[in-house]
Amino acid sequence: MHISEGVLSGPVLVAGAAVALAGTAAGLRKMDLAQVAQAGILSAAFFVASLIHVPVGPSSVHLILNGIVGLLLGWAAFPAILTALLLQAMMFQYGGITTLGINTVIMALPAVICYYLFGPFTLKKPRVAVPAAFACGAGSVFLGAVLVGASLMFTEGGFLEVAGLVVTAHLPVMVIEGIMTVFCVAFLKKVKPEMLPGYDNAAPGQSIAHGTML
Amino acid sequence: MIRESFAEGKSWMHGIDPRLLFMAFAARLDFREVMHRLLAPVIFLLLLWAVLPWSYEGDALTVLGPVVITRPGVTLCAQISLKTVSLTVAFIALVATMTVDTLGHSLNRLQLPDKMVHMILITYRYLFVLEQEYQRLVRAMKIRNFHPKTNLHSYRTYAYLVGMLFVRASERARRVHSAMICRGFNGRFVSLREFPPNPRNHVFSLCTTLSLVLLVTLEWVKGANP
Repeated sequence: MHISEGVLSGPVLVAGAAVALAGTAAGLRKMDLAQVAQAGILSAAFFVASLIHVPVGPSSVHLILNGIVGLLLGWAAFPAILTALLLQAMMFQYGGITTLGINTVIMALPAVICYYLFGPFTLKKPRVAVPAAFACGAGSVFLGAVLVGASLMFTEGGFLEVAGLVVTAHLPVMVIEGIMTVFCVAFLKKVKPEMLPGYDNAAPGQSIAHGTML
Repeated sequence: MIRESFAEGKSWMHGIDPRLLFMAFAARLDFREVMHRLLAPVIFLLLLWAVLPWSYEGDALTVLGPVVITRPGVTLCAQISLKTVSLTVAFIALVATMTVDTLGHSLNRLQLPDKMVHMILITYRYLFVLEQEYQRLVRAMKIRNFHPKTNLHSYRTYAYLVGMLFVRASERARRVHSAMICRGFNGRFVSLREFPPNPRNHVFSLCTTLSLVLLVTLEWVKGANP
């Protein structure tokens, strides 16, 4: 989910950069030193995981996984996603320097929203956790597509068709991300439940980036 | 394999101090590689060209059967294409010609918060490690005869692969942090990198600043007398 360089207008880019800056500042402030390595290496894992292509019929889509990143990192998703996008821009020229801010918002803001909406339910019984995980994965992609559409619309009214196209094109991705998130959360629950938010009776709103490790 | 193909060159552009992030074109990059990197933005541009010219309202340029191609639509597409290509090429020439560690150290000198610089450098450092980890997991899957298809089994397998990647990343982060503590890490970022003064830097920054001022003035004059 990248917006190319040169498409959006100046004000949209500036607004995106401002929101990304605020989110990153909040994420960095909530992080203590023990979590810098966690967030950095999980950001690297997010970068690598986004290179995975899963088959859909005759074609394939690459994973976005911002829902899972939100669950694992909370507010630290902002600096982590910013870093991953910066490195992707440096190494593959996906996105670029002017769109770095808005692209960070498109992926990290839904991640943080889904963390607050669905994070508290992922360690509950499967009857609750499975729909919550699905909603987290699908919802973060949906919100991201809506943000893409909104930034295109604020740039130019005539982009409405392109914006609609973006949301429609992401419908299959939403389903796949939802399914992936369900299985991924189930896997983490078995293997390393302390990575999921709210483990060990910690107050809701605490994730791996906010304590409990070490 | 993940590779920083543009950071390996040896032209004078690579010797320019990375703190000067301005406009230039003389980086002598592999032309075919640059074209290859432009492919993704170009595919996106083709999507725009496919949709905008007929969906945008305005006076007609030509009529193709039932479809009206509008002048503003084509103009907008052309503008976006030019901006996209020039921004991408400028980014490749200026930023992608340095390695990420150089970027991290120069951002540190530009007073970026220590934690952010740490994150950029740690992510860069472990990106390649985790990519190898991922390749190992994929190889193990292939040996067990995994053939990805559009079914739930494939998606579950991929989800476990991703989960395993995150688990290993988290475990590794714990060890890395312990090792950092052992070596006396206290949160302060000590960058030993020096950027030696180079007369070219001054010439380069002077030229780019002048051309930037010229461009802004032109834009302003044009805006005043349309």
